[in-house]
This record gives sequence, structure tokens and C-alpha cells, in this order.
Amino acid sequence: MLTLKLAARNILSAGLRTWLNVAALSFAFVSIIFLQGLYEGLNDQVERSTVDALFGGGQYWQNAYGPFDPLSLEDAHAPIPPPLRKLVSDTSATSILIRPATFYPHGRFRSILLKGIDPGQTILSVPSHLLRTGHDELPGLIGARMAKGAGLKKGDVVTVRWRDTHGTYDARDVSIVEVFRTSVQDIDNEQVWIPLDRLQELTHLPDQATIVVVNRSAVPLNEVPGWEFKDLGFLLRDLHSLVRMKSVQGSIMYLFLLFLAMLAIFDTQILSIWRRRKEIGTLMALGMTRGGVIELFTMEGAFHSVLAAILGSCYGIPLFAYAASLGFELPAGTDNFGVTIGQRLFPVYSPALIIGTTLLVCVVTTIVSFLPTRTIAKLKPVDALRGKLV
Amino acid sequence: MQNSALIKTENLEKTYSLGLTSLKAPDDVTLTVTRGEFLGLVGPSGSGKTTLLNIIGSLDAPTSGTAEVLGRRIDSLSQKEAAGLRNGHIGFIFQTFNLLPVYTVYENVEFPLLLQGVESSRRRQLVEEALEWVGLADRADSRPVQLSGGQGQRVAIARAIVKKPEIVLADEPTANLDAANSHHIMRTMVQLNEELGTTFVFATHDEKVIGYLKRKITLIDGRISKDERSDQPPLAVR
Repeated sequence: MLTLKLAARNILSAGLRTWLNVAALSFAFVSIIFLQGLYEGLNDQVERSTVDALFGGGQYWQNAYGPFDPLSLEDAHAPIPPPLRKLVSDTSATSILIRPATFYPHGRFRSILLKGIDPGQTILSVPSHLLRTGHDELPGLIGARMAKGAGLKKGDVVTVRWRDTHGTYDARDVSIVEVFRTSVQDIDNEQVWIPLDRLQELTHLPDQATIVVVNRSAVPLNEVPGWEFKDLGFLLRDLHSLVRMKSVQGSIMYLFLLFLAMLAIFDTQILSIWRRRKEIGTLMALGMTRGGVIELFTMEGAFHSVLAAILGSCYGIPLFAYAASLGFELPAGTDNFGVTIGQRLFPVYSPALIIGTTLLVCVVTTIVSFLPTRTIAKLKPVDALRGKLV
Repeated sequence: MQNSALIKTENLEKTYSLGLTSLKAPDDVTLTVTRGEFLGLVGPSGSGKTTLLNIIGSLDAPTSGTAEVLGRRIDSLSQKEAAGLRNGHIGFIFQTFNLLPVYTVYENVEFPLLLQGVESSRRRQLVEEALEWVGLADRADSRPVQLSGGQGQRVAIARAIVKKPEIVLADEPTANLDAANSHHIMRTMVQLNEELGTTFVFATHDEKVIGYLKRKITLIDGRISKDERSDQPPLAVR
């Protein structure tokens, strides 16, 4: 308690020297949390958007379906079994039929996935309600990336060709009813969404689907023969590893900032011990043990981080709140980063991030403050009084 | 109790290595200091006065011989025990005052009591008393940089005596002071010696200090060459 009191008194009485260190350290605190918040935000946003647009609360896959195996798609369909049908009729799930097809925009051809979705579904954020046109023509919905790549716009009519269940080629003109913007590339690139019942009819696959997406409150069924439930842990696996990989790059900056902050503290301690060696001798002459002096100097270093945390919170918390509420507009081109990022990135500053980072920096600061004080352990009081260091 | 030995050294030596040669200072010093003495170690630079003072104050250890302070052998004390001895029983006054620069006068004087864990109200009372003794009660809130040399040394004296130690060790206490301040400081210490019975041991070659000493031990080349006593030192009776 005495050391704590003395350390507080020492650093508060040191005036500008203390505050310069505290300001530098607080900047490191805020920068580290700020950057980590951006990565948390990225992680959060990617996950949320993907779940909303693609995964819902999990998916039942027809056994033959493999999203990364285009050859499997021909056979990846089956009648929706009664338990899943019940979920669909309860609006707790929506079924999607996926068929490989060829698209002919402006005379060129593109291999695409033709996806049939219920226009009345509310489980995914795909704007499927736009497919409810009331006309006979086959309505199609495409994403902005697909539209850009194919040179299409709303109102264009494009021929789509597919093979029905008997292997016979068939084709229709699709009228593009809307080009939607989405940050989730997996519902956009090389895909055309059409009404589920029309796709089932055109491919002679009545009441069949490839996947059934359940909502987030649905309880997974025990076992559905021919179908396998994939939970969000499984579905988001690749996304998490991608985000983790990107976070490693962020960690380099994190470590760099932490290193700079620690260097500042280390230098301060070295300088402080060198400049105050006579004072160290005086403290020993007055009856302070070497351990006491080491404790005092270490505590002083640690106090810098406590003050830095207080100062940092004074300007950091409003800054974080502002950044989290308004987000940052992302420059054009970030759509192609490979992860799902919206037009604005909203950082996430969770209490765990703020408290965790603050504690980590305080602990590391204390350790770094302690390292130079080991010199004192070898110091004789007489040498210290003469201004000598070991 | 008045004449009990507070400090005893026997054949005390400290050897310094100077490249190919070595220097002994103090060299074979045997002396006894009793309670209430006002004693000076005098002699030219390099005669071992400060080293002897440091050994007595458990800041340094002898190469050979023994030093006993308050019945405890200095060379057998652990680092913690030595700190405890200094904290509890010995006050130091340094040539350059060695005040803690970021503390106020009050805080500087209070510091040894904080180390002793003296309770707050008692601490305040003792600090105020010490500052009264040295005539600096009105400068309690000043910082060391705001004080003159004489005032700085008086703060150092207050800090040394605030815990009412048995022994005060003063190393060239007037070396950085002018004549008027030197006499003021010395008169303060004589008064403390007489009123509190504190034992003072000086290391000095300043004639102004020597004039106040009741016992003068002269060291030449590390050895005691003279040990003189005077009940009425010439300056102290003025």
C-alpha cells in the first residue's frame, strides 16, 4: 500500500514527463483497440451478412449436394421429406432448388446456377418477393456483380438453358426484374434466382429441393433420411478461417503498436533509473529495501498504464462510439476482397475487447517496467549515492 | 545508559583496488562511540572518513575487522536487516542534501515515517515538530528547488531527526553552504544533540564544523592519528 501511494505521488509529482508518457501510451491503447475493433467489426459483419443472406439458422442438404462440386448438382435434388415440408409450411424453413444452367447474355454464354426460391420466403435476405410479378414471363433476379459481369440491367431479357431431370435440354427467356446489391458474393456471382415453383415445373422436379434453409429459432430435427443437417458452425467454417487469416495481418499491427508502447515505457524506466540513481541511494539510506525500490519503480511504470487507460478512455470511448455508430465507408473495389464486406464497415468495440486489451497492456507494461529495475537489485547503496550504476 | 556504546569498531579496514595497487581507508580503525556524543571524523580527502561513516550506517561493508552498531554486527546483516537498522535507528545528512525532488518539504520529512508505518496523525505531529525545530514550518509546502542551500540542508536535518533516531550520520553537511548558514545548521544540530540526546557523527574537514565538535577523531591515511575531546567546543558556547 505504501509503495502504491509513493508511486502515485512520484508520478503525479513528475508533471510533464509523466503526462507525455501517459499520452503516448494512451495513444497506443486507443490505436490497438481501434484496430482490433475494426477486425471484430469485419468478422461480425461478414458473419451476420452471410447468415442473413445464405445460411439462415442452418441448412439441410440433400445427400448428393456438395457446394464445391458442380458435377454433384445434376443429382442433388430430392422430394422434400414430410418433416422438412412441415417446417416450410410453418414458415420455419424455405426450400431452394439449385440446377446448373447456361446463360446467354448478349450472345455470350456463362455457366450459372439457376436457383429456385419461394417468393414469399422471409428467412433469407434475398429480395425474392420481387419475383412475384403476376406476369407469365419467367422473372429472374440477379446480383449487382453478376449484372456487371454479364452486362445486364433491370428489364433485360436473357436466354437460359438447362437440362431437365431426363437429361433433355430446355431453354426459356428470363426477364430480369431486379438487380440487387448484396455484400454476399455467394448469392450473387454467376447465379440467377427464379421462383421455386417455376423451376420445379421447368425441370420436372415437382416438390423437390436441393437444400432447405431453416430459420434461426428452428430446432434441428433428429434425423431426416436422405438429408443432412449442417449447422452454422460447419457452414461458417471457411469464413472463420478466412477472417482468422486476415486477423493475423491485423495482429502484426497490434504487436507493432504494443511494441512501440512498451519501448516507450522501457526507455522511460531506463532513463528514470539512470536519472534517479542518487534518489535510489537516498531511498536505501532512508531505510527502503532494494525490493522496495524495485517495487516502487515497477509500480510507477504500471501507474503510467493505469493513467493511460484513464486518459485513453476519455477520448477513446467517444471515438469508438462515434466510429461504431457511423462506420467507415469502404472504397470502391472492396467488394472483391474475397470476404463479405458491406459498403460501410462498422467496427465492434465489445467490453471484452476493451477490458481485455487494457488488462493485457497493463500487465505487459508492468512486466516491461520491471525489467530495467533488475539493475537496482545489484546496486550498492553507496554506489547509488555516488551516482553510479552497475 | 548515557555512556553505553552505540558504535564499536575493531580493526576495521576497507580496501579499494586502484588498478595494480590498493588503498586501505579506513585502516585498522578501532573506536567506540557512546550515546549522546557529538563527534567528528576529520581529516583530508581520501582519509576514509566517508567510508567509515558509510560502514557505520550499514550502507557499506568492511573488508576486514568488525563494526557493531546498536549491538548488531554490520557485516552479518542481511540487506533487509541493514535497511531496517537504517530505517529505525539511523538518520543521514548528506553533503548535497539528497532531498527527493518531486516531494514537498513536508513530504520529504514525512518519508522515513511512512517507511516505518507510523500512523497518519502521529506522523503529522512528528513532521510538524521536526520542521519547527529547524525553523521551516512555514515552508512545508515548498519544493526542494524553491529552497536556498541552507534551507535545503535544514530540511535534510529535519528528515534525519524526525524519527528520533539514536544516531545521526552527517557527511560534510556544510560543504555546500556559506558561513552564516553553516553556523545556523551546526547550532541546530548542537541543540538537537543537547535536547534529544541524539548521537551525531560527522565526516568533515570544514573548520566551521570542527569548532562545534565535542570529540574530534583525526584520520590520516585511513588510520586514527588523534582522538581529542572537549566539553566546551569553541563555537558551540558562543
